[in-house]
Amino acid sequence: MTKSELIERIASKQSHLPMKDVELAVKAVLDYMTTAMAEGKRIEIRGFGSFSLHYRAARLARNPKTGGSVRLSDKYVPHFKAGKEMRDRVNASREQVNIKQTASEED
Amino acid sequence: MAAMTKADIAEHLFTSVGLNKREAKDLVELFFEEIRAALESGHQVKLSGFGNFDLRDKSQRPGRNPKTGEEIPISARRVVTFHAGQKLKTKVEEASSNNGEQSQSE
Repeated sequence: MTKSELIERIASKQSHLPMKDVELAVKAVLDYMTTAMAEGKRIEIRGFGSFSLHYRAARLARNPKTGGSVRLSDKYVPHFKAGKEMRDRVNASREQVNIKQTASEED
Repeated sequence: MAAMTKADIAEHLFTSVGLNKREAKDLVELFFEEIRAALESGHQVKLSGFGNFDLRDKSQRPGRNPKTGEEIPISARRVVTFHAGQKLKTKVEEASSNNGEQSQSE
């Protein structure tokens, strides 16, 4: 499922809202969550999961093209941990459906 | 810093997108429920710029009860993994290096 399919599914269940509003709202939710994480905030969605930041220490890495070493400063990376309802529902579906492979996209 | 919750996201949709409070709350619920439902039906979820929610089937593996040291198998299971998209990664990374610079100059 892509972002546009998510927008269509929400719109089909919120038929009183114009598609355009649902599209704006979905993009606003994602931007708002992105901004929160960029500000170092945790996001906790009960039954879905939580987004937090994990620290990565500074390290010396290699440029694979030139073989030269590069100093990478420390940073934070986004991390997601599935919540209980998400874990249980996904795990319960294991016996019912196979994982569908979708063609890869950017990202 | 307090964690962001569904209530904060709904409030944001009310103030910045102009949905009424009921619509904002319903939209936030549906947003997370539709992602869960897609994963539950075996589909990966790709939110360009934000990240991908992927599914992985893990086979049974040996584990241990950390309290007693007793060996117990960890059963086969299906799990959700999240891979942040480039835009989200870059924003979080830029912000963490900016914070570093600020604390140095203070």
